[in-house]
Amino acid sequence: MAKGIWIIIEQSNLAIRKVSLELLSQGRILADQLGEPLVAVIPGKGVAALAKDVAPYGADKVIVIDDDKLEKYTTGAYTSALNKVIRNGGPRAVLLGNTAIGKDLAPRLAQRLGVGMASDCTGIELADGAFSFKRPIYGGKAFAEVALKAEPVLATVRPNTFPVAEPDASRQAETANESADIDAADLKAIVKDIALAVSLRPELIEANIIISGGRGMKGPENYVILEECADVIGAAVGASRAAVDAGWREAKFQVGQTGKTVSPTLYIACGISGAIQHLAGMGSSKVIVAINKDPDANIFTVADYGIVGDLFEIVPLLTEEFKKLVS
Amino acid sequence: MNILVCMKQTFDTEAKIALNAAGKIDGTGVNLVINAYDEFAIEEGLRLKEKFGGEVILLSLGGQSVETSLRTGLAMGADRAVLVSDPALAEADEWAAAEALAKAAATIPYDIILAGRIAVDDGSAQVSVRLAEALQIPSVSSILKLDIEGAAATAVREIDGGTETIEVGLPAVFTAQKGLNEARYPSMAGIMKAKKKEIKTVSLADLGIGDLAPKAAVTKFSLPSPRAGGKVIPGEPADAAKELARLLREEAKAI
Repeated sequence: MAKGIWIIIEQSNLAIRKVSLELLSQGRILADQLGEPLVAVIPGKGVAALAKDVAPYGADKVIVIDDDKLEKYTTGAYTSALNKVIRNGGPRAVLLGNTAIGKDLAPRLAQRLGVGMASDCTGIELADGAFSFKRPIYGGKAFAEVALKAEPVLATVRPNTFPVAEPDASRQAETANESADIDAADLKAIVKDIALAVSLRPELIEANIIISGGRGMKGPENYVILEECADVIGAAVGASRAAVDAGWREAKFQVGQTGKTVSPTLYIACGISGAIQHLAGMGSSKVIVAINKDPDANIFTVADYGIVGDLFEIVPLLTEEFKKLVS
Repeated sequence: MNILVCMKQTFDTEAKIALNAAGKIDGTGVNLVINAYDEFAIEEGLRLKEKFGGEVILLSLGGQSVETSLRTGLAMGADRAVLVSDPALAEADEWAAAEALAKAAATIPYDIILAGRIAVDDGSAQVSVRLAEALQIPSVSSILKLDIEGAAATAVREIDGGTETIEVGLPAVFTAQKGLNEARYPSMAGIMKAKKKEIKTVSLADLGIGDLAPKAAVTKFSLPSPRAGGKVIPGEPADAAKELARLLREEAKAI
């Protein structure tokens, strides 16, 4: 028994990111179908202690790659280290989260390994030992199912795609320490500074709830009503392209085909008309709410619940109702 | 400074997507434009040229239709263009595209390579990063700011929850994120000049490439099941808000 499914674990400040737990949970299901092991690979510095955190989510084995040069993510160092470990271990599949790191690392790793890769997947099927990866294209207006011809198959998976399994504290995993063995040629980029925004709100792509504002917000100063609502229900705050192009919100908050594509449990669209490129970016949300004063707005054609009315009146009232629910 | 900009022709983001009888994406009547993120890359290239001199060379891959978009890039101010065009690339995956672009890039003197961080059609965001690997040069993804001093670049890139500043030596590949700049529109004079600029079409044989059998293949395209509009909650704002909160908790179980 070799091969197996490998999950590249992403951590931030030595806490495992939720998408990695989602991948372990789904990886366990796939590994059971194959009758092969599930392996968690943890690159970083001082990450050995995280091994005990992945076993409860189904890992049979943990490969720890602990190295000073992996403290901060750089494309070269991570590619160098993982390429060697993967070549030595020969897994059947390697899965990463479609995060800022996953998006940058996976294509470089795939090219170095000389294999194909499926990006930003929202589904993984396994039939007769062959994987089929389902992924949104045209920003979610269509889907492609992708077959990869060489092993290991590589894929990044969109956060919030798979549920996190109940941890089983009794599960044990063997741990192997591998050296990073990074080539000097892969150390050409230096991280000079990392500036994390001071926000207690979740990341847009990982958020369970997103409340977004569009042209109907009328100006940047009014987003505070969305932020107040967001903080009651633990939501991220998004924006439409119209709002970003008007300079009301930073581009990183844009939801849509030319922004972030998101799949939260709940998406609340406020003063958003529902342009096709916006719907593409949030159409896979499980529940959609629209608040718009125009009863003919396109957003109502996709919304599960809608209120026709003035968002400046309705959102604060909704915030008060949410406060009652969560208290 | 020689600036190579990779660009892709894509559907306009306003395009509705349909499947044709063969089950493939139907491009009939769709407006074809420069991928939005690649426009930022072209703009950044032009700004570097304005600052340091040199040439902006566009590089693309695709059929003859791509020439119209290359012409637009030339009208923005790029100097010349190279189009890798070959029937064998019809089913090219990201690996094959990167290999072909790398061979083409190797025929062009470049100090820096710019590209969009993602194409709005297939959304893979792989080719530019793979290109850097194929050329054995570093890459920095999703940049919001780029400063060049001599043979060194400092780029600010988007990461989850913030930004990161990266220092790297040239040549290197940088992929543009929205926010890097505002792309210019071609001027009338630019459009006139672009008509005379060179678009060189090269085949795989010209690049000395034999077999480029893809490593990934799309086995099926499908469209999302259309969402049905749900209920509009009637009543006075206070009642409607209360009812919405109740439905989200009890019916949708989303709060």
